[in-house]
Amino acid sequence: MDADTLVERHVLEYPGGYTRSLGPAESRFLTGLRDGRIVGVRLGDGRVMVPPAEYDPETARPVDEYVEVGPAGVVTAWTWVSEPRPGKHPFERPFAFALVRPDGADTAMLHVLDADGPASLRVGMRVAPRWRAERRGHVTDIEAWVPLAEGEPVPAPPAPAPPAGADPDEAAEEPGPVTRMVSPVRLEYEINAGIAPTRYLHALAERRIVGQKAAGSDHVYVPPRGSDPTTGAPTEVEVEVGQDGTVTTFCVVNIPGLSDLAPPVPYVCAQILLDGADTPWFGLVQGLDADDVRMGLRVRAVWDDDPAPDARSIKWFEPNGEPDAPYESYKDYA
Amino acid sequence: MSGEVAVVAFAQTKHVARDRERNEVELIIPVVREAIERSGIPRHEIGFTASGSCDYLAGGPFSFVMGLDAVGAWPPIRESHVEADAAWALHEAWVAILTGEVDSALVYGFGKSSLGDVHEIMTLQTDPYHVAPLWPSMVDLAALQASALLAAGEVTERDLAEVAARCRTAALDNPNAVVAEAVDADELLARPITHPPLRDADVFPVTDGAAAVVLAAGDLARDVCSRPAWISGLDHRIEPQALGVRDLTTSRSTALAGANAGASAGGLDAAELHTQFSHEEPILRQALGLGDGVDVNPSGGPLTANPVMSTGLIRIGEIAARIHDGRIDRGLAHASQGPALQQNLVCVMEAR
Repeated sequence: MDADTLVERHVLEYPGGYTRSLGPAESRFLTGLRDGRIVGVRLGDGRVMVPPAEYDPETARPVDEYVEVGPAGVVTAWTWVSEPRPGKHPFERPFAFALVRPDGADTAMLHVLDADGPASLRVGMRVAPRWRAERRGHVTDIEAWVPLAEGEPVPAPPAPAPPAGADPDEAAEEPGPVTRMVSPVRLEYEINAGIAPTRYLHALAERRIVGQKAAGSDHVYVPPRGSDPTTGAPTEVEVEVGQDGTVTTFCVVNIPGLSDLAPPVPYVCAQILLDGADTPWFGLVQGLDADDVRMGLRVRAVWDDDPAPDARSIKWFEPNGEPDAPYESYKDYA
Repeated sequence: MSGEVAVVAFAQTKHVARDRERNEVELIIPVVREAIERSGIPRHEIGFTASGSCDYLAGGPFSFVMGLDAVGAWPPIRESHVEADAAWALHEAWVAILTGEVDSALVYGFGKSSLGDVHEIMTLQTDPYHVAPLWPSMVDLAALQASALLAAGEVTERDLAEVAARCRTAALDNPNAVVAEAVDADELLARPITHPPLRDADVFPVTDGAAAVVLAAGDLARDVCSRPAWISGLDHRIEPQALGVRDLTTSRSTALAGANAGASAGGLDAAELHTQFSHEEPILRQALGLGDGVDVNPSGGPLTANPVMSTGLIRIGEIAARIHDGRIDRGLAHASQGPALQQNLVCVMEAR
């Protein structure tokens, strides 16, 4: 087969981002940035490391003598980003990433460098932070480092603007240390279903349920993934299975809003052993009270009016009117 | 415990830039079967199975569990997984055999780096407090290391182009490579600098693929393989995680792992280095003390095929395969992961 298999767009995102606790060293560093200062830590051998950690990277001994460094510094490495990554990189226009060693520090920190172009950049150049007016205790409180001409004074961080509506005569309350940060993550994917799932999904569009088995095996896997998971053999034999099956086990869901596709609570999720299949299938059971669903219940697939190569083409299962299956008939699958 | 462990079989996919057909399980099935068949050890007699992969590549938690469908895990097998290049899974399998608990192991790695943007995905392995929020990509971080190296003055842009040209030319003989061309350094230097100081040819190609290796202990290895690739030394070491703490122009962790693995004891005919960027080769050569007589990345290396999470295992497999068929007697494989060569593994293998 050389045809492309089905592709689904997939986004990995945690709405609102991860909330991280900072711990003592990160808290010092990010609180410092909020206050317009760069804070490092003195290591066992006297060197100063920035950003600080709770331990000496050479000896792993705890360290806690925090010292202010910079604010100006020296570029120890740089690269120009001519095509910024939208939604990821801090700038939409071309910029540089750089390792900057602040004055008084012995290590460098990664940050962005705002400059006219790569021609103006070199290792060893002097740079200074350009602070944001509104700082929140985040690495981007330094908007960027900028080239510093010889003799040019280092710009001071702008004082944070008072919150809107604050009484200018009233002394602002001293803000406490920054103890948390939020990290948004968003990654986009195009996932290929693979050969076996693609054949299965196309069959769904024809209101058929197709499993697979390996040559010489009696075990039919549905949905198929391309291999017999007990032996690792490719499942090259296609087998159409029944649309009726037996509930082998189930759970009654009483929590609303678990999924956009979920029916009103209470509803029933079940493992359903389709006739002719050897792997139970996960589906919803509708058409009877949740209290009446039971192991051994015989059910039939209910199709969407417009089936597509999509697992949602089977909406749910309903009782098919047959007497319950005896436990013996499905005990190996329960 | 004999302490003797050898690579007795190796298989890899014909790597492609983007496999639009197969899912991960379908990618793994043929290489696992091929490696097991070549080993001559019946599948159910293999004592331990270890894999390496990265869930973020497919954007789903525990996606490596699905990979087990390709192995045949029934009756229940003794199994482990590392969220890392499969070279580290091989290290675990090697230790398992050294304990005497098992006498053979299957190791496999897989990755479809084309599903998402691997350069962005790898950002998530950086410090989440003050590095990841700026989203430096994999190539951004590598370019910083290259910048530091060139600024130190011992390596030139031409040296990088020589590395890239040699690898791309060597890959003409490797049917599994994704990029290959007869090219010299002058031609590469005439191409645009895309990620200063790097050019596209200095950067690995996005690659989908998988690989598998079978390890066996002493007598079993001798029984099933006419010329086992005996592991004479294996070690891995890691740098401090903060990029700015390290001297990026050297690789202390590689030097240490190499010394512990016996890289300098006796001659080496060839070395396969996990160089995803051309500037990494001079750093690694220096750290490992590789002289001009050592054939480095005869396969073309990761600059010509980089199926992430099996790339390091493939370095071991490429050296082992050369020992199996008698092309070399002794070789070194290096695997790396993390930004700017953060963590490094060295495996020395030899015929006996």
